[in-house]
Amino acid sequence: MEATHHHQTNGPAVIAKANTGAIWRTFWILLGVTALEFLIAFTSDSKMFRITTFLLLTIVKAFFIVGEFMHLKHEVKSLIWSILIPTLFVVWLVIALMMEGGSILELR
Amino acid sequence: MASHSATTSDVNLWGGGVEPFKASYGKLMMWFFLLSDTFTFSGLLITYGLIRFSHQAYTGDIHNFVFSHEYWPVPDMVFNGIPFLHGVHLPLVFVGIMTFILIMSSVTMVLAVEAGHRMDRNDVQKWMLWTILGGFAFLGCQAWEWTHLIVGSDHGLTVSNVWNTATRTIFGANLVENEYGPPAFADLFFFITGFHGTHVLSGVILNIIIFYNASIGVYERTGHYEMVEKVGLYWHFVDLVWVFVFTFFYLI
Repeated sequence: MEATHHHQTNGPAVIAKANTGAIWRTFWILLGVTALEFLIAFTSDSKMFRITTFLLLTIVKAFFIVGEFMHLKHEVKSLIWSILIPTLFVVWLVIALMMEGGSILELR
Repeated sequence: MASHSATTSDVNLWGGGVEPFKASYGKLMMWFFLLSDTFTFSGLLITYGLIRFSHQAYTGDIHNFVFSHEYWPVPDMVFNGIPFLHGVHLPLVFVGIMTFILIMSSVTMVLAVEAGHRMDRNDVQKWMLWTILGGFAFLGCQAWEWTHLIVGSDHGLTVSNVWNTATRTIFGANLVENEYGPPAFADLFFFITGFHGTHVLSGVILNIIIFYNASIGVYERTGHYEMVEKVGLYWHFVDLVWVFVFTFFYLI
């Protein structure tokens, strides 16, 4: 943002060339990971393996979307942490309620 | 405005003009809103997990799978249709197309943000338009997916009534009955993808407003295209949520 504050109100006289290398690199990574998920969905029968890989690959995708597309990777450290640390509550809730779901099934 | 080169010692920290986290007010508030939205979506998806785990899982061979209220359905068998190919078993293909559309529109959005940094009005317009098109394409796909699920299969599911011995056939899914499995499965599907779809719809509306403003030169007069960035954050978040919905509903 810092550069744009100093432009005049009528816009710049010369428009810089687009620099989109990192954007397309992230796109190919996301596409590749999704393709890998499809490959596993069609070839693997092991339930445990599928669930763990899908969860890990989802986190990989989330990392690139939040880090590159939403630019969080390039923000200051304190901002990164104030967004990431609260999501620990989500991790806790996942563990707590999945166990709860399992015991509801047993009690039925 | 605090200049970028100034160190914190030579500006008065409490005198205003200092951006916390070196991010503008608007972007910061968007981040905190998205964090709260993360909790909303997490609540919904974790509820899905809880209810799924409290139901019996299908343990038999996938080739013998039939729909039943006794166990949670296998997603490959529910989401297997694509438009114009009625009755052909193509698991995950259509949702794969939807995922691709949304990732693609995230890319065009980030290209619009990049064009905004360069104060390139034409490029911002071009990429915003592509993003809006991607949003509409996704919503169209979702409308088809919902219709497919609501209408149901050709043979339906025959269940016996609770109150007598007669049987009846259920076609499709709604909030009360579900051909594909326990009614809770359809409830959660419609509620979660519906909530996400509402987010996409609001995102498309915001994108249209931004496109319009960029076209009439509002941001050129303001001197920066930060509004594109803020709405971009929201749009990427919608994409991010879809990545999770995709994993939990369709893959696992």
